[in-house]
Amino acid sequence: MFNGIGASPGITLGRVKVFKQDLYQIEKRPIIDCDQEIIRLIRAFDKSKEQIQALYDKVLQEVGKDEASIFEAHLMILEDETLMTEIKEKILIEEINSEVVVECVFEKYIEQFKQIENDYFKERALDLKDVANRIIENLLGIIKTDLSNLKEEVIIVAKDLTPSDTVGLDGEHVKGFVTESGGKTSHSAIIARTLEIPAVVGVKYILKEVKDGDFIIMDGDTGKVVLNPEPEQIVLYENRKEQKLLAKKVHETYRDQSTITKDNRKVDIAANIGTLNDLDQAIENGAEGIGLFRTEFLYLDQSYLPTEEEQFQVYKQVAIKMNNQPVIIRTLDIGGDKEIPYLNMPKEMNPFLGYRAIRLCLNQVDIFLTQLKALLRASCHGNIKIMFPMISSMEELKQAKGLLDQAKKLLDIEKVPYNDDVEIGMMIEVPSAALLSDQFAKEVDFFSIGTNDLIQYTVAVDRGNENISYLYSEYNPGVLRLIHMIIKNAHCEGIWVGMCGEAASNEKLIPLLLAMGLDEFSMSSSMIPRSRYLINNLYYEEVQRLLKVLNWSEGSKIEKYLCGRELDDIK
Amino acid sequence: MTSSSVKLINEAGLHARPANLFIRLAKEFKSQITVEKDGVKVDAKGILGILTLGAACGCTITLEADGQDEKEAIEALQELVESGFNE
Repeated sequence: MFNGIGASPGITLGRVKVFKQDLYQIEKRPIIDCDQEIIRLIRAFDKSKEQIQALYDKVLQEVGKDEASIFEAHLMILEDETLMTEIKEKILIEEINSEVVVECVFEKYIEQFKQIENDYFKERALDLKDVANRIIENLLGIIKTDLSNLKEEVIIVAKDLTPSDTVGLDGEHVKGFVTESGGKTSHSAIIARTLEIPAVVGVKYILKEVKDGDFIIMDGDTGKVVLNPEPEQIVLYENRKEQKLLAKKVHETYRDQSTITKDNRKVDIAANIGTLNDLDQAIENGAEGIGLFRTEFLYLDQSYLPTEEEQFQVYKQVAIKMNNQPVIIRTLDIGGDKEIPYLNMPKEMNPFLGYRAIRLCLNQVDIFLTQLKALLRASCHGNIKIMFPMISSMEELKQAKGLLDQAKKLLDIEKVPYNDDVEIGMMIEVPSAALLSDQFAKEVDFFSIGTNDLIQYTVAVDRGNENISYLYSEYNPGVLRLIHMIIKNAHCEGIWVGMCGEAASNEKLIPLLLAMGLDEFSMSSSMIPRSRYLINNLYYEEVQRLLKVLNWSEGSKIEKYLCGRELDDIK
Repeated sequence: MTSSSVKLINEAGLHARPANLFIRLAKEFKSQITVEKDGVKVDAKGILGILTLGAACGCTITLEADGQDEKEAIEALQELVESGFNE
């Protein structure tokens, strides 16, 4: 029995597939028949091309063009004649085996690319490393775990999964994943929620205990993992799974309804999206708007700043697709864990307390104005609202609003139309902003509470540090009081409040947030039907009783109480 | 042998998407094609050589083709570069 962190809901049981980044050993061998060796090399290249082509086709079809482009780059490397010639010549001259030569030639390019202070080259260096590994694995006949082409249903157990491990992941056959590292907001957790497969993260030392083919039960709600369970445990889990499936069917019926409690308090459930691909999923799951559109991907997926026109087209597309439902677009929020290499930002000791988000935009005004102009232009095409991240002082908000006015003036000069009344909001994710929310509420049209950061800054815990992850809790009464205060202050000034952090889709917290008066809950699309089902079966008057927990001093007790009853512990 | 010099006017230079477009177009021709910058000459059909040129916006590169369709090749590649890779 292991305890981890439930990162994507659902119970599943199945066979383990251990995902390892296999470390192979290469030895130098003299070669007598070089022609034969070159034939072996060409075969490995061909096989690698086939594998990558298959990955490319699959990802293109199932995920999208952007995600597929990484494999296009891999193919181009394999098709580079100069590289092939160089490897062949080295085999002929030195009369040694292909593995060693491939590694050595690739290493030369990797080093060259790493020297260049530019993110595009660093990425290509990673591509080269990937391709070299693939060729060598094919030379050695190592069958690597391929998560995109599985033959049977499995639960993946891994140290951690990187974006390239999970790109093109075969959602059909992957029933869940368990990782040793990572937290709720790690890449694997987010991917799991997107694919709607159960995940448990942060299960320390599980790799030491499991092997391929072991049977495990995993519960993505509670974070429990049971290795080689007893028959009665299996029966218990099967029953719970059955109940959950039934519940899921019920939730689906809420997909196209509006969100309203049994005693007629109307709230909105909106979606958090990060790319255009997420948009369809949001619509499919019945989002009543986009509560957070992260614009970072526009900046991260290329090697230069996105132009006003490029951005305008994207924002316009989202606005049109959402058909007059609100689309809240957050201005550039980078720094911290998200870097944009071509901006050459200095490395910082404390990136989460550093030069990021609005701080960067107010300093690099040209970048900010380009984005604001694109947003203003798109605001004619739908119900766009502009949101500033990471505001911690009134001066910043006033400066940001001033720049928005400047963007409007620039558009006036260019005689380009925009919506002059576009609503402006701000994220509240810094305690100082929460404490000043009565003042901020006079200056904006809405708030959106970013709980992921608000918790980290309020309890002073680095989100990624596993040793203290137990302190990072949305149940900390200090955090809950701040949230309550923000909502009350907003309502006093007659503005609405949303929440776009993980807490907004936490079913234990939703009743309390509803009681506090939260107006909009924004979450990963897959969580929408379930959250709507929950709210539509609550009475606003009845949940008011939960507000008493704000006077309690221990977060753990609050969490227990909000659970209502403890889920059956599997002993 | 046909050759021509051309200036990179697009923001990304001969990198990322433009590099991919350039190589794909070069591969459509049978001729041997090279790109030269500051005395370094590389195969126009290979990604690694092209990238290691480090040809940024504002650089001038020399295209050289040798083969049956050399004229068409140079013309097409020059047009792609001069159009700023349709960015």
